[in-house]
Amino acid sequence: MKPERTKPKLAIALGATCSGCDYSLLDLGAGLLDVTDQVEIVYWPTGIDSKLEDLQAVPDRGVDLILFDGAVVNEDNLEMARLCRKKAKMLAAFGSCGAYGGIPGLINSGSPKKILLEVYQGLPTRSDKAEALNFEGEDALPKMLGQAYSLDQVVDVDVYLPGCPPPLKLVAGLLTDVLAGKAIPKGTFYASNRAVCYECKRVKENKSIDAIHRYHEIQPDPTRCLLEQGIVCLGPATRGGCDAVCCTQNQPCRGCMGALPHSEDSGAEMMSALASIMELNNENKEADYTGIFDGLNDPLGTFYTFTLPKSILGRRKVDQS
Amino acid sequence: MSERPNVRIVALLCRWCSYAGADLAGVSRMKYAANVLPIKVPCSARVDPQLVLKAFSEGADGVLLAGCHPGDCHYLKGNYKALRRFQLLKKFTSQMGIEDDRLRLEWISASEGSRYADVVNDMTTKVAKLGRLNWRREIAIEA
Repeated sequence: MKPERTKPKLAIALGATCSGCDYSLLDLGAGLLDVTDQVEIVYWPTGIDSKLEDLQAVPDRGVDLILFDGAVVNEDNLEMARLCRKKAKMLAAFGSCGAYGGIPGLINSGSPKKILLEVYQGLPTRSDKAEALNFEGEDALPKMLGQAYSLDQVVDVDVYLPGCPPPLKLVAGLLTDVLAGKAIPKGTFYASNRAVCYECKRVKENKSIDAIHRYHEIQPDPTRCLLEQGIVCLGPATRGGCDAVCCTQNQPCRGCMGALPHSEDSGAEMMSALASIMELNNENKEADYTGIFDGLNDPLGTFYTFTLPKSILGRRKVDQS
Repeated sequence: MSERPNVRIVALLCRWCSYAGADLAGVSRMKYAANVLPIKVPCSARVDPQLVLKAFSEGADGVLLAGCHPGDCHYLKGNYKALRRFQLLKKFTSQMGIEDDRLRLEWISASEGSRYADVVNDMTTKVAKLGRLNWRREIAIEA
């Protein structure tokens, strides 16, 4: 006898990722069993015994929802992204890497070639300098693309689930909507449309910073806004939806939820916000601002930790040579 | 300048001082490099870093920001904010491989038409030496 209704099919595929997004699903606890009751998981290499062939065997547009976590940095990732687009009715960029390029996206601050050399041959802690890397032949490494891409820079993406990892309640929200058969408009973000500060419970009173401190340099007051205490917190320029979980734990926001809806570059927004409150009480003709940002050694890494490939400049200048 | 260098410079000029200065350069019939594209903004503090990055990513080879001299801001303190933003932005753009001469902040008052002309000429020469920026946000993936 046939079952009354076929279960919706779900797949979770990986690009360049630490697969932390996958593992964060385990935080559903026993709830995960409810999910597996209601959906059929056709492919999830980190969670269940499944092979690429299982996904390839599904007819095109045969999977109701594919969550793709990870950026696209090599040919394997690209192939996987294209396969997912082909098989998915709805493709979700799952996590900051899929949505914005994430941490792997930081290779756009250099070139893949340099990074490979650095990692395999240049690291001072490595005693065995790796031999030439093998990109040809049978057991070749997948070729690096010229840079890292977010998922939507290489294929069409339907919904976004930013976060590092995405907050569970947002994942549950997407799953519920899909199970309910709700029409989800293309480009929907499963996140808040307001900034992290809106959800942060810390007291914000006097916005003027005299000096920027790195996190280990001071003992921040756990009740007051971190930005006011001189710690670079990306909350003002970052999408909420995470209930300001980092700020609650006395950690500054690092911007994993990406840019707010009105903006396309959260890093630039934050630079603007930070510079305008820096020495705000010292604005006069004689004020000398030289070196006020000396405490901030790495603006690129600070403001674009998760969003470099999707930012306006996108990558470091391409060597013309 | 005999031959026009093939570079484009976007100038974001504050409405009260620098744009008026550029106007003065015009009505005084001063000659300066035609590579500059002047854009009027309400205040130098209106210039969000995103505008500068956008200019670079969409084909500008240089970006000139200009506002009132310190103490002369029409909105009292706008140019101080512009200066601080500029400093932070400059740190970032140099990390991204954009040369120093491509991004410049100058104070130009409404009476300094000749200074505007000088700044534009000087910047054009320097940027022309660097050549086109040809920013590429993405490297195309071969199909």
